Amino acid sequence: MNAGSGEYLIGARNLVRMFGSRRERVTAVEDVSFGIREGEVVCLVGESGCGKTTTGKMIAGLLKPTTGQVFYAGKSVWNPRGDRGEDFKKFRLGVQIIHQDPYASLNPSHTIYQIMSAPLLHHKLVANTHEALDRVIELLTTVGLSPVEDFLYKYPHQLSGGQRQRVSVARALTVNPRVIVADEAVSMVDVSIRVGLLNMMADLKRNLGVTYLFITHDLAVAKFFAWEGHIAVMYVGSIVEFASTPQLINNPLHPYSKALLAAVPEADPELTRSKARVELRSQDIPSLLALPSGCRFHPRCPYFEPGLCDVKRPELLPIGENRYVACHVAAREAGAVS
Amino acid sequence: MENKASTPLTVEDLWVEYQIERGVVKAVRGVSFSLARGESLALIGESGCGKTTLGVALIRLLVQAARISKGEITYWRGNQGIDVLSLKERELRRFRWRECAMVFQSALNAFNPVLRIWDQILDTAKAHGGMSKNQVRERALQLLEYVQLDPKRVIDAYPHELSGGMRQRVLLAMSLLLDPQVLILDEPTTALDILTQRTIIDLLRRLKKEIGFAMLFISHDLATAAELADRVATMYAGSIVEVGPVEDIFYRPAHPYTLGLIRAVPTVTGDFEDLISIPGAPPDLIDPPPGCKFHPRCPYATERCRVEEPKLETHYSETHSVACFNVQRVQQDTLDLQERYAKYAGGKAQ
Repeated sequence: MNAGSGEYLIGARNLVRMFGSRRERVTAVEDVSFGIREGEVVCLVGESGCGKTTTGKMIAGLLKPTTGQVFYAGKSVWNPRGDRGEDFKKFRLGVQIIHQDPYASLNPSHTIYQIMSAPLLHHKLVANTHEALDRVIELLTTVGLSPVEDFLYKYPHQLSGGQRQRVSVARALTVNPRVIVADEAVSMVDVSIRVGLLNMMADLKRNLGVTYLFITHDLAVAKFFAWEGHIAVMYVGSIVEFASTPQLINNPLHPYSKALLAAVPEADPELTRSKARVELRSQDIPSLLALPSGCRFHPRCPYFEPGLCDVKRPELLPIGENRYVACHVAAREAGAVS
Repeated sequence: MENKASTPLTVEDLWVEYQIERGVVKAVRGVSFSLARGESLALIGESGCGKTTLGVALIRLLVQAARISKGEITYWRGNQGIDVLSLKERELRRFRWRECAMVFQSALNAFNPVLRIWDQILDTAKAHGGMSKNQVRERALQLLEYVQLDPKRVIDAYPHELSGGMRQRVLLAMSLLLDPQVLILDEPTTALDILTQRTIIDLLRRLKKEIGFAMLFISHDLATAAELADRVATMYAGSIVEVGPVEDIFYRPAHPYTLGLIRAVPTVTGDFEDLISIPGAPPDLIDPPPGCKFHPRCPYATERCRVEEPKLETHYSETHSVACFNVQRVQQDTLDLQERYAKYAGGKAQ
């Protein structure tokens, strides 16, 4: 995928992010590339520690990549020296992030009005506090917090988790972003509230044309939210499969994607008890300090081919219309040429 | 007392309250159920519905601010019933872990970080039972192996050296130390990754089959309940609003809240389904609404629901009970689920 081309609103090319000291370094994200078209949803799914949040933070400009590039509207966000590019502010306003924990991401000593009006006034998106109030009311209505008067002057602790998360979304919308990075945005919200929140976020896509990078560990949520978009499956720092959501859900090609889909319990007793299993060779998730050679998944992989998978690292290869897989065996079977 | 050897736990009309500054929170309101040998009962509901309070009350480990204001909890061994609410502190210790063990929600926080696993196991054994040190060691090694861990390595490890899934397995092994009849699991797989969660689910299923204890597991996750439960009880605002065999609950739910939950959770495989959210939010348990506690959020609510609280009554069969006045209307909306079940059941018969 050429993330820098005009085809994509936002994208990543060969993103790498390391953490730690010179003595002990871990690579949290290793060579990640993908692109999201305007108005589309891409879901990053994977287990804890796979680098999905780190990737999300780099896409939102909150973390600088160690190497590699983030593109926004066809331009690289960081200039070749690694400084902020000329359009950095435009990028930062254009890409907003919603964090996982609605209890930690809203200032507890500010009212909802204060939380929401601060970015409006700071970026001079409104002329005065009257206009700010009008805009805040409009945005709270957009995210379904009505009657608005009940929320404007409340503090975050007076709201439920679902309501807080709506405020987080409304706050992200204050600066009219084109992209929202939603990092586990519904994970901490109860089941009965979750669908309402997801539908509200989907409406923003429909009505305002918002583009989403949606990060989740929950495949059911990914399926529901990104049905018309794509899913990127991450494993220990890399994307192992990228496909349209229906393809990934119903016909996964990478053995790790297959294992995940086979392992996930379903909210349907007959379905969940009759699901075929994928037996892994090991249950141990590799430590980032001692990554396996070759393919990172080979010690657990049921397709493991000695002399190939433990030696050569598979590339993310195109195997169809906007579909990619990083597996020697799956790519061979799909007829890809490296 | 009557013989209830096949029913190790019965709970009758249990009420639990928390005294807080703002008033009295009625966290558990009149819950009754029983647990049969070898059975797993899932208690599902959302945060704040009282499911964890109920679980903790069953072994009387409630915090100081909480009070069991009414009810009976009885554990049965042979013909003998133990009335848990009348036990003294010392008797309680012997009863906890021996009759009933609880595995708490966060496997990460359930251990003392400065003690090796062996010391924690020994502490547990000392506190609750009369085994010798050697016996404890032998039993512990056996159990660790049973939960598919490397016993020699794990027993001398510190908690931080183990992964989340391993810790959860150690906790399970520890809970089985004194061979309890009843195991209470609070969100046993919630903090775990998908593949780890799968190994724990498979392990629990095996334990249940081979050891045959009764299992009460508390979860907000319908999928785990669908996997593990023989029976499911839905809790809302401190009460059980529906209880029945897992197939009844998932394919012909009779309570609007249960139906709402099912409609709000997508399955992963298969085609796209539209989901329907439940409007509103759970009620304030200090000042709950009159009548049925679910009526402000319920699409089926009538005038009667606003004034009278429905009782749990049997429906379909002796084993399926529901607390709702509008069961008939709810049922008409579950035809698609019933069809789905018929399809599976038909497939099975072939």
